[in-house]
Amino acid sequence: MAEIVLDKVTKKYGDGFEAVKEADFTIRDGEFFILVGPSGCGKSTLLNMIVGLEDITSGELRVGGKVVNDVDPKDRNMAMVFQSYAIYPHLTVRENMEFPLKLRRMDKAEIDRRVDEAARILELTEHLDRKPGNLSGGQRQRVAMGRAVVREPSAFLMDEPLSNLDAKLRVQMRTAISRIQQRLGTTTVYVTHDQVEAMTLGDRVAVLRRGEVQQVGTPRELYNTPRNLFVAGFIGSPAMNLLPGELDGRNLRLPMVELELPEDVAERLDGRPGRVIAGIRPEDFEDATLVEDRSGGATFTTKVDVLEWLGSELYAHFAVEQGAGELADLAEDLETVELGGDEGAQVVARLDVRSDAREGRDAELWVNARAIHLFDPDDGRALVRHDESIDLRHGDEARSPREVAGAGG
Amino acid sequence: MDHKRAPLNRFLWVLGTIVVVLYALVPVAWLVSLSLKPADELSNGKFLPRSPTLDNYTGAKGVFNDPQFPSALRNSVGIALIATVLAVTLAMFAAYAIVRLDFPGKQFVLGGALAIAMFPPVSIIGPLFNMWRSLRLFDTWPGLIIPYMTFTLPLAIWTLSAFFREIPWDLDKAARVDGATPFQAFRRIIAPLAAPGVFTSAILVFIFAWNDFLFATSLTSTNRARTVPAAIAFFTGSSQFDFPAGQIAAGSVVVTIPIILMVLVFQRRIVAGLTSGAVKG
Ligand SMILES: Nc1ncnc2c1ncn2[C@@H]1O[C@H](COP(=O)(O)OP(=O)(O)OP(=O)(O)O)[C@@H](O)[C@H]1O
Ligand SMILES: [Mg+2]
Repeated sequence: MAEIVLDKVTKKYGDGFEAVKEADFTIRDGEFFILVGPSGCGKSTLLNMIVGLEDITSGELRVGGKVVNDVDPKDRNMAMVFQSYAIYPHLTVRENMEFPLKLRRMDKAEIDRRVDEAARILELTEHLDRKPGNLSGGQRQRVAMGRAVVREPSAFLMDEPLSNLDAKLRVQMRTAISRIQQRLGTTTVYVTHDQVEAMTLGDRVAVLRRGEVQQVGTPRELYNTPRNLFVAGFIGSPAMNLLPGELDGRNLRLPMVELELPEDVAERLDGRPGRVIAGIRPEDFEDATLVEDRSGGATFTTKVDVLEWLGSELYAHFAVEQGAGELADLAEDLETVELGGDEGAQVVARLDVRSDAREGRDAELWVNARAIHLFDPDDGRALVRHDESIDLRHGDEARSPREVAGAGG
Repeated sequence: MDHKRAPLNRFLWVLGTIVVVLYALVPVAWLVSLSLKPADELSNGKFLPRSPTLDNYTGAKGVFNDPQFPSALRNSVGIALIATVLAVTLAMFAAYAIVRLDFPGKQFVLGGALAIAMFPPVSIIGPLFNMWRSLRLFDTWPGLIIPYMTFTLPLAIWTLSAFFREIPWDLDKAARVDGATPFQAFRRIIAPLAAPGVFTSAILVFIFAWNDFLFATSLTSTNRARTVPAAIAFFTGSSQFDFPAGQIAAGSVVVTIPIILMVLVFQRRIVAGLTSGAVKG
């Protein structure tokens, strides 16, 4: 069991590329911690530094209070699950799981006990004497998990362990991993580029982008109070709608509607009036006819281009006009976020399934002004200061200043 | 395979295989038959010897009683083995570096190796002859081991780096995280996976050294270092009119046997699925 503290950890590769820049956060003892971000953002690099496979260029890594920068990976007592599984192909499943224990010269009875127990949990008992070459992808994945579990390590490190599985198996293994982690209570650092995986598995999540930590927080915090545009666009599916806006006092002019921000939101706005980017989550729209109290928002009429009915959910897509290319730079900057083409932005609204909106017809929609996120168009920073008052709304634990360091970059 | 065309396909496959096998094996069979014939049958043109005999091997004039053949055999085995061990060991280091490390001039090393492999050995024989004589390497084991090693290194480096590239190096990291020292990770995980590649290149190098005739005839003069292919050429009959075809055939069979044995023994290891199942798939 161990608390892992990253203190301004930086990685510069031999070719001068800075893959991780001053990562500064704490992974608490027993926590399921996620590193998430687009491909190439430095997740694997960060994980490899924690486990000791990559040197730390500068900064300090402390595990259980001790600085481990120069400790050999074999002495860190961490177990790693690789994306490629990295099962030893010339050894049977049992020998694979025994390998780390034999290296520690554990006695045979204890080895057998642990391997049999792990095999039982992972449903590998009848495959123990087979070679990995003959196993299915899911089984191999479980062997890799088993090899980590038998060691009873101080931390599990997993680098996209599920990305080679098909969608259905992935969901199954996701719950399996979550169950095993809860049962063992071992500190776990889990790398993924899939924000759904991050949100469903993680106690807390660190969002990375181009080697910089954007925000650290619980999935709720990231969803409700993104520190910047990148996090706002990355977390959530369908993604948050991002629209150009014009702020004048409490008045916010959006392409499709003009609305008044609630007093308390406007108060906490720490920016000058002028151009802003407004972020609205799909669920913060509603069919106006189904809204009883329209006071906290604004109503507008728009033509519904596409209507997607998923049984329990209803998504209405509509277009809004915007200055051509206005958000193009930003779109490029955000990598993952679609901000629409020349014709204007496509906005997705999630409506109550009782709505009688029709494809190709006008519908009256209501947008919740209280839930609008505002961002600085120049650096993408969130303009509304997200202090405790918002988090409390969702009953999340308060964050320490360290965990949010690095946000807003 | 397409089932409708299967019979025709199979027929062509079998035919092709038979042609290739005959083409390759008839001369060998002929050689064996020749070596088993008594002297008076040698030129009778029959494929099978009428009264097979081992005279050419163990008889009074057989290869094993020849004054030079046994020492030639010893030279061949010793020189080829030492050259193989040296070349493969060096090539292993080189290939490992080429596959695992990023260093300037990596492509140059590979390209240079290829260029050496293309280099016609015959063009350096003259200078080598003179150099070896002044360096006192002429007619010694090292005098042959060095050129064999040099000319087989490129081949060994190329085959080994091809094999090493296939090894999932995540396994090395996994072993390190599992608590292995770098040496333990190499010995228990990487070495077993690299073995087929090492054996393959070792066999190739050995065959080159074993079969070489050019260096062996030019750089030796006595039994001290003369290898079998050269020694066979020096077989003489009892008189100048007697061509010792039987003994030559027997000698050839004797040099072929170790190669065939080696390939048979190691083919399992070479063919054995190199890394099946290590990674996704
Ligand atoms: N050995 C290396 N030398 C130089 N640059 C490297 C090296 N390894 C990785 N990088 C660079 O560091 C950056 C981060 O790489 P990393 O593998 O950590 O990304 P990642 O977030 O794990 O991405 P993915 O989701 O694709 O696995 C990348 O831009 C990559 O090009
Ligand atoms: Mg990665």
